[in-house]
Amino acid sequence: MTEPVIGEPLVVGSGVAIEYDGFRAVDSADFVVRRGEKFVLIGPSGCGKTTLLKAIAGFLHPTAGSIRLDGVPIGEPGPDRTVVFQDFDQLFAWRTVLDNVVYALGVAKEMRGEAARERARAMLRLVGIEAAGDKYPHQLSGGMKQRGAIARALALEPRILLMDEPFGALDAITRSQLQLDLNAIWRETGVTIVLVTHSIQEAVFLGHHVAVMSTTPARIVETVDTSAAQDMDTPEFLRLSHHLRSLLITPDSARHSVQTAVE
Amino acid sequence: MRARVRDPWLRLPAPLRYAIVILALLAIWQAYVSFSHVSALLVGSPLDVANQLWTDVANGKIPAATLHTLHTLLTGLLIGALIGFALASLAVFSSVGRDLLAVLTAVLNPLPAIAILPLAIIWFGLSDRSIIFIVTLATIWPVAINTDTGFRTISATTQMVARNLGLRGPRLVVDVLLPAAMPYILTGLKTAWAFGWRTVVAAELVFGVAGSQGGLGWYINTARYYLQTPQIFAGLVVISILGILVEGLFSAVESRTVVRWGMKR
Repeated sequence: MTEPVIGEPLVVGSGVAIEYDGFRAVDSADFVVRRGEKFVLIGPSGCGKTTLLKAIAGFLHPTAGSIRLDGVPIGEPGPDRTVVFQDFDQLFAWRTVLDNVVYALGVAKEMRGEAARERARAMLRLVGIEAAGDKYPHQLSGGMKQRGAIARALALEPRILLMDEPFGALDAITRSQLQLDLNAIWRETGVTIVLVTHSIQEAVFLGHHVAVMSTTPARIVETVDTSAAQDMDTPEFLRLSHHLRSLLITPDSARHSVQTAVE
Repeated sequence: MRARVRDPWLRLPAPLRYAIVILALLAIWQAYVSFSHVSALLVGSPLDVANQLWTDVANGKIPAATLHTLHTLLTGLLIGALIGFALASLAVFSSVGRDLLAVLTAVLNPLPAIAILPLAIIWFGLSDRSIIFIVTLATIWPVAINTDTGFRTISATTQMVARNLGLRGPRLVVDVLLPAAMPYILTGLKTAWAFGWRTVVAAELVFGVAGSQGGLGWYINTARYYLQTPQIFAGLVVISILGILVEGLFSAVESRTVVRWGMKR
């Protein structure tokens, strides 16, 4: 299998600031997501990385600056930017797993009947839960629910797949498995992915570029090229992990001096 | 693995246990009537009541009265539920709708629907339309309040998924909001049924007094008029049995919906 080709810029954010309820969550963020790449947003909890992702999805709008998809400013949420959330309740509880995908195809792509079912089955096969198609979401494990959500999101052939800490609520073993499988899914589909995480290991393992965000009001401190470190056993992987850690975690002495300065 | 039950009573199957309790209560009732020499005008014996039930089911009186009551009740419940859903949907989509629902609920919900009956009679006369009107009023609020609560407790994630798919308007309500709020909606419908049921029987009793005809309340009131005490009991038994059947109906609907979907155990 050939690796998907990473191409020209697809999503460009420039000077993005986002405020809500009088709170400035993101302050002047600049980033470029290239077509076909896996782009990771990493930062401390509550730093605004989810806010930025929601703005790409269209749930929030920048108060300053702009986010463009293929040169066009992002509008309302739509199936060309499907989102996979962290919560396990994102599949509709009243539909079977297969029906969740079939329904989404009907709403977003006007695809119905056997064609929709065939496509839905293919998507469940892609994420490895074809056998669970007739089950209701509450009958699945957390990992399988996330796979179902990924299947539904990919079925709509989005121009970009947005993932908000999709594996954040999973146990460590399931999480590692899903990280591996997400890479395989990406190789098969070549879909552009923006993934939010607070795991350094996940960021380096999955990302081609990792944008490191500061605490609120968040800015992007540095965008690190991690495309050469997809193998966890290499020195490069360690080096990049250390580099991200140094950007994210302030040493005690530095924090102390910051505190004294504030006081 | 089932734990061994020490209590011998609990080893019996549940339907058998309930049957025994019911039979024992009936036996006590029968013994009281047989041995206390209480006037048959005051208390009918279970055998007399069963006899009367049989006669009035066979001659069509009870089926006709039951159908009449159910027809009135279901008409009112249907109108009330639709208005309730509409109000709750309006409250989700607009802040004016939300305030409208809040005000209407606060003002009208505490009113027992039966208290509106005199006004309804002035407006609609001694007709079924009066009863349907007050049943509607009795059922709007439980449906509206519970549906509204159900809509408001839908998770932010579910709402974002719906928006992400591009759902809006009526399709959003029917395809996502209603099923997601189903546990609350069923609770609302159950409460509405109970309110409507009480209201319709009470109204029919009043109508019986006023000389109009039809329904189980009227059946009971006529029996009182002729001092047919077993017939009064028969009417009460029918009302009770219908209540149990409807409870069963709701359980069946729940097990096919919210229980299957894992929203309720």
